Amino acid sequence: MNATLPIETLLEMQRRMLRIRRFDERASKMVKRGQIPGTVHTSIGQEAQVVGSCMALGEQDYMSGNHRSHGHPIGKGAPLGPLMAELVGKATGVCKGKGGSLHLADFAVGSLGESGIVGSSIPIATGAALSAEVLGNGRVSLAFFGDGAANQGSLYESMNMAGVWKLPVIFLCENNQYALSTPAHTVTSGVIAERAAGFGMEGVRVEDGQSVLAVYDAVSTAVSRAREGGGPTLVEVITYRYNEHSEGLRLGTDYRDAAERSTWLDRDPIVLFRDHLVSRGVSADTLDALEAEVLAEVDLAVAFTNDSPYPEPSAAFEDLYTDVEVAA
Amino acid sequence: MSVMTYLGAIGAAQREAMEADERVIIMGEDVEANVYGTTGGGKSRSSEGDFLQMFGKKRIRNTPISEEGIVGAAAGAAMTGLRPIVDLSYSSFLYMAMDQFVNQVAKNRYMFGGQASMPVVFRSAMFYGLNTGAHHSDRPYPMFMNVPGLKIIAPASPSDAKGLLRAAIDSDDPVLTFEAVLLWGLKEEVDDNEYRIPLGKARTVREGTDVTIVAISGSVPEAILAAQDLEDEGVSVEIIDPRTLVPLDTRAILESTAKTGRLVIAEPAHRTCGAAAEISALVAEEIFDALRAPIVRVTAPDMQIPFSPSLEKQMYPTRATIGDAVRRVLDSAPQRLAAEISR
Repeated sequence: MNATLPIETLLEMQRRMLRIRRFDERASKMVKRGQIPGTVHTSIGQEAQVVGSCMALGEQDYMSGNHRSHGHPIGKGAPLGPLMAELVGKATGVCKGKGGSLHLADFAVGSLGESGIVGSSIPIATGAALSAEVLGNGRVSLAFFGDGAANQGSLYESMNMAGVWKLPVIFLCENNQYALSTPAHTVTSGVIAERAAGFGMEGVRVEDGQSVLAVYDAVSTAVSRAREGGGPTLVEVITYRYNEHSEGLRLGTDYRDAAERSTWLDRDPIVLFRDHLVSRGVSADTLDALEAEVLAEVDLAVAFTNDSPYPEPSAAFEDLYTDVEVAA
Repeated sequence: MSVMTYLGAIGAAQREAMEADERVIIMGEDVEANVYGTTGGGKSRSSEGDFLQMFGKKRIRNTPISEEGIVGAAAGAAMTGLRPIVDLSYSSFLYMAMDQFVNQVAKNRYMFGGQASMPVVFRSAMFYGLNTGAHHSDRPYPMFMNVPGLKIIAPASPSDAKGLLRAAIDSDDPVLTFEAVLLWGLKEEVDDNEYRIPLGKARTVREGTDVTIVAISGSVPEAILAAQDLEDEGVSVEIIDPRTLVPLDTRAILESTAKTGRLVIAEPAHRTCGAAAEISALVAEEIFDALRAPIVRVTAPDMQIPFSPSLEKQMYPTRATIGDAVRRVLDSAPQRLAAEISR
């Protein structure tokens, strides 16, 4: 399938992976410098899994996500400035400074919101698929969740409903192999993708989650099935996060083996895809220029953030209800 | 006008809304078979007015027993163009979906800076007073009053049930409606035309001058009976039914209490942090000077609900306990003191 993808699409994949990498690298620095309050959870190392999934969706399609939250809207095409401003808590943030890193959402690109509660946004994506089915608008929906959320009941209630109603939804398990410090295999019985069979739906395991094209292919197949009325798919992507669970976190124990980490670092999705693009005839100059463009985009996002005001205190009392005032 | 039961009025509101707007759907356990009588014209599928036949399977949707999934899916659907009515049947089933109610339904619009609207109604029934035991007897609306972002209604008459439910379906915010099953069989003349009762407007059930009773849900009919008893004793009782608990019509409560100077609050929920506690605090904070006697709450005790009829019947406000509370505020220490001074 990917042999037919135009070079422009491939370059867009690399652009979005780079956006996630550079955005998260900058966010990590800003957390450590105290410029971003609280903490953030980066998608560094998981860019192929995020972008391969998002680019298999159309612009009108829906998506929900989790605490590892920046990659999803970036992958779906959200502009970086309002995302960075949100991380800092500025009035120009995509959620006006009321969501923060954990609750990014950009409805303009179908991003229905990231969730700080593990597994909590899976039913939301399922409901978006329900509305697509009832309204007949041809949209599909994708729920991002981790290996940790794969053990939440919300997933199985959602899979069952989606299966019985043949909803156009993709359950996308980002298996980065650790729920914070807990190795997935120590708390997960069997193979996550194989659980799909119990719901009468297709389950796919993408072993090479560092290949953006492998992820794109698997999710594209699922999206086509969903759009054609074939119902939901569970896609499990094996990947690895390069940073700590959250920035600034220093765990007392080495829960991840150094050799294991090194093996995954050698399979950096952005480096791998750059090599692939070169093999497809893209010049190093083009790729260098792309990297420079993305760096400039991130710089601009930070400048936009720095130039933006903090919200007025009164903004804390807006946007709860559509028509009820709540006193301070 | 025609005579409708409370349940029939809910069915009428749902039918009107389904006919008026194709984005309205009904989902829940057993809604296709019209088990509770709110999704059809009669008890049989062949009765005229069966919702499944009128609106089809896409819009009348039986769900699996998966409250967390149902509530979350309804929220996701509401955020993307539908206006679902979710029938959760028993109010105690709401706890199965607590994460979705508190973390998604209530917070999404706010967290996302107003990007989301959440036009969804969650109906549930409080089966208290019917010997259903502790798992089915809950009156949990005060817990949800503690969650900013939810609107909460508790209609106590067929007319209110119809008009408030229509307004709830129109609302772009999530609305939880709590129905006392003891009220389901109430009958009265209800307007057959479409009408809406705005959320946040209390109803003055009867006017009076000596004491205000704020009564909620199933306590309203009991308060009416108590007021009739008291009238025979020469006491003039005003009854306010807030109908909507969030947003609360504070002005109606304050004005009535300021007028009578005495307040009794009756509700079937537990005492601690109940709606009565909130209303009591409101009045004490705002118009303490207007009070001629201490406020009295008549509520369920902070106790679980026992099964045996002989045990359960003492748990909720009744005509007798509400009446006694009124007699108590009329005979409170400050009043006796004032009477002695004037003598």
